[in-house]
Amino acid sequence: MSSCTCSKDGGCSGIEEINLIKLFPEKTSELDRYIETLNITSDIEQNRGYLIQVLHRAQGIFSYLPEDVQLHVANKLSLHLSEVYGVISFYSYFTDKPVGKYKINVCTGTACFVKGAGRILDELKRYLSIEEGETTADGKFSLGGLRCVGACSLAPVVMVNDKVYGNVTTDMVPQIINDCSE
Amino acid sequence: MIKDANGLIDYTEALKNQSSSELKLYVSMGTCGIAAGTTPVLNKIYQTIEEKNLKDIIDVVEVGCMGLCHSEPCICLENKETNEKVYYGNLSEEQVVQILEAKFDTELAGAKVLNKTWNTPEDEEISDQIQTRIVLRNSGVINPEKIEDYVMRDGYKALAKALTEMKPAGVVSEIELSGLRGRGGGGFPTGRKWQFAASQDADQKYLICNADEGDPGAFMDRAVLEGDPHSVLEAMVIAGYGIGADKGYIYIRAEYPLAIKRLEIAIAQAEELGFLGENILGSGFNFTIELKYGAGAFVCGEETALIHSIEGKRGEPTFKPPFPAISGLWGKPTIVNNVETFANVAAIIRNGADWFKSIGTEGSPGTKVFALAGKINKVGLVEVPMGTVLRDIIYGLGHGIVDGREFKAVQTGGPSGGCIKADKLDTPIDYESLKALGSMMGSGGMIVMDEDDCMVDIAKFFLDFTLEESCGKCTPCRIGNTRLHELLEDICSGNGTMETIEKLKTLSAAIKDTALCGLGQTSPNPVISTLNNFYDEYMQHVDRKKCPAGVCTKLVSYTINDKCVGCTLCARNCPVSCISGERKELHHIDQSKCIKCGVCYTACKFHAIDRT
Repeated sequence: MSSCTCSKDGGCSGIEEINLIKLFPEKTSELDRYIETLNITSDIEQNRGYLIQVLHRAQGIFSYLPEDVQLHVANKLSLHLSEVYGVISFYSYFTDKPVGKYKINVCTGTACFVKGAGRILDELKRYLSIEEGETTADGKFSLGGLRCVGACSLAPVVMVNDKVYGNVTTDMVPQIINDCSE
Repeated sequence: MIKDANGLIDYTEALKNQSSSELKLYVSMGTCGIAAGTTPVLNKIYQTIEEKNLKDIIDVVEVGCMGLCHSEPCICLENKETNEKVYYGNLSEEQVVQILEAKFDTELAGAKVLNKTWNTPEDEEISDQIQTRIVLRNSGVINPEKIEDYVMRDGYKALAKALTEMKPAGVVSEIELSGLRGRGGGGFPTGRKWQFAASQDADQKYLICNADEGDPGAFMDRAVLEGDPHSVLEAMVIAGYGIGADKGYIYIRAEYPLAIKRLEIAIAQAEELGFLGENILGSGFNFTIELKYGAGAFVCGEETALIHSIEGKRGEPTFKPPFPAISGLWGKPTIVNNVETFANVAAIIRNGADWFKSIGTEGSPGTKVFALAGKINKVGLVEVPMGTVLRDIIYGLGHGIVDGREFKAVQTGGPSGGCIKADKLDTPIDYESLKALGSMMGSGGMIVMDEDDCMVDIAKFFLDFTLEESCGKCTPCRIGNTRLHELLEDICSGNGTMETIEKLKTLSAAIKDTALCGLGQTSPNPVISTLNNFYDEYMQHVDRKKCPAGVCTKLVSYTINDKCVGCTLCARNCPVSCISGERKELHHIDQSKCIKCGVCYTACKFHAIDRT
């Protein structure tokens, strides 16, 4: 395990900042191999066009995009870190915080809303004792909202990773959480 | 590789002459079908065919969305001899086995046999039916992962016609004559847009397909991409030929993994057969298509924001003019069209502008796909000619409101649209009529609401959405919508006054006039339209501090009346245990602990709980 690399003067909370790039060389080389398949040149405008797809791939590999991953991508595409961070913070699909093993997302589309998605979200918050956008302390569950998945006939919809639960009622919440433990 | 137009004719004929089985079994494998559990049903079908040795009699076709979302998992059994089709819905694995064994016995199996009028392919008799399928002509009929299926249904015939019989200017003018308007919501004439780009003299032009379907409750573009991806590819090549572009992008949301997969397959197949790439069908015209992924930003549906996103930047819109048709992607002339718009193009080129104009209304020719959702019996995708009245869609195709409840409003146009009241149900819908009702066509989501929906709360819901999706670049949208949301919050929590209502009106008008892009300019629409159509409901919140629909929790209280028999059902269901009382005695709700979730109200079988 690498030592704390943070450069904050006195502001360091003492919690070790994990450098994913150093920690997982095999994941880093997987990302690098993908970047090599792209036509990266000295043309920065053209390189920037690849940024979002590279970030998609990077998040797929590392599951989130902390600063060291952002910096790595920025160097590979000859972009500034600020540009990369600007893109990550703009698009809701990207996250720079670790997410839980089970990503529980309640659809926030209109059809789900009129069929009571709000009540389902409240019950999940109560059950897991976390707010929307948070992860449980054991790193197991993250709770969030999800843009309409288009499964409106099954409203309200809850997605756990790739699994879809349709016609969800508040009674089903314990079962949904239970399914994750199996 | 198909070398020229004649090669395509030969190829199509050869495919058509291949022998096919007596029965065809279509299995709906769109996203919602899979979510509803079609995969185990499909596996069971394959297993049964294997076991019973039915391989020579039945062809299984895995199709995209049939539009029958309300009855997934669903299949359609077709007899090739008689062309008879039977649809079965809400299927279980056991029922599928019984259906296969009986082959065509509709009485058997106990599965729901569906009404045929829902799904009407283009070539069938449609006089007495409401739907007309142009955009969805192949959805639910072909296997989207097989280019042969598409070609057999006259696929790429329009491309061959355009490349060999028409000049680029002819293609553009045919689309202009057809009167096709942008189906993404704005309704701008497609042909005129193409004309702008075609008349530009540039070394490079681009074509973009906007598949960033962000409106909540709208899933028509996904259905087209999942069910008939080649119709979009074919149209893009035709459009590229028309405007003189050789490079196309499809900007698709990352939330649609199945659509992405099917597009990737389709692009590879089209390249292999020579419908994409260099010297397409021997015409000397080159065109390539690349996929670009969105990353969860609603504003990227706006064309200038979308272009920035493809360039790898934050998806912030810029002021128009210059329009993208003059200066777009990397500063080059760029045309951005929506999926559904493209899905019309091949049919127009093949059948001619006059044919297209004969469908729909004079100002809005053609059809529109709507996604019916919310409190409606038959949630699904429908395609109707423009000018169809709302009542026919909601009560005809949608079979009315769930549990026979009272219709209250239908919301069209997503976060940019508005709510339409019951007294306007007989309005024929097109771009202009919806605008006149204070709503808009939008991408085609139709969310039906009943008496349990609070219209102030609905307006707040849409502003929640806009607030989260506002890119923050311009002040009216960033700050103005935040203030609008606070005003609505005041009303919903009982702090609203007449002044709040006046402020809502003034601020909405100001945002509409001053915001930078389409997202901001239309963001107050849900507020304006609910204020206009449901003013009384706002007044009840403000004057009487009551929410008639019982949604705004701060304005609602639950009490138990003397009809209570002491069954304890409410107490057992209460999530915060604030209901007390002995068995067979009158129960009591502790108002200080009550979270007003309404669970007791729904649970009580004796109408013993009052909601006021």
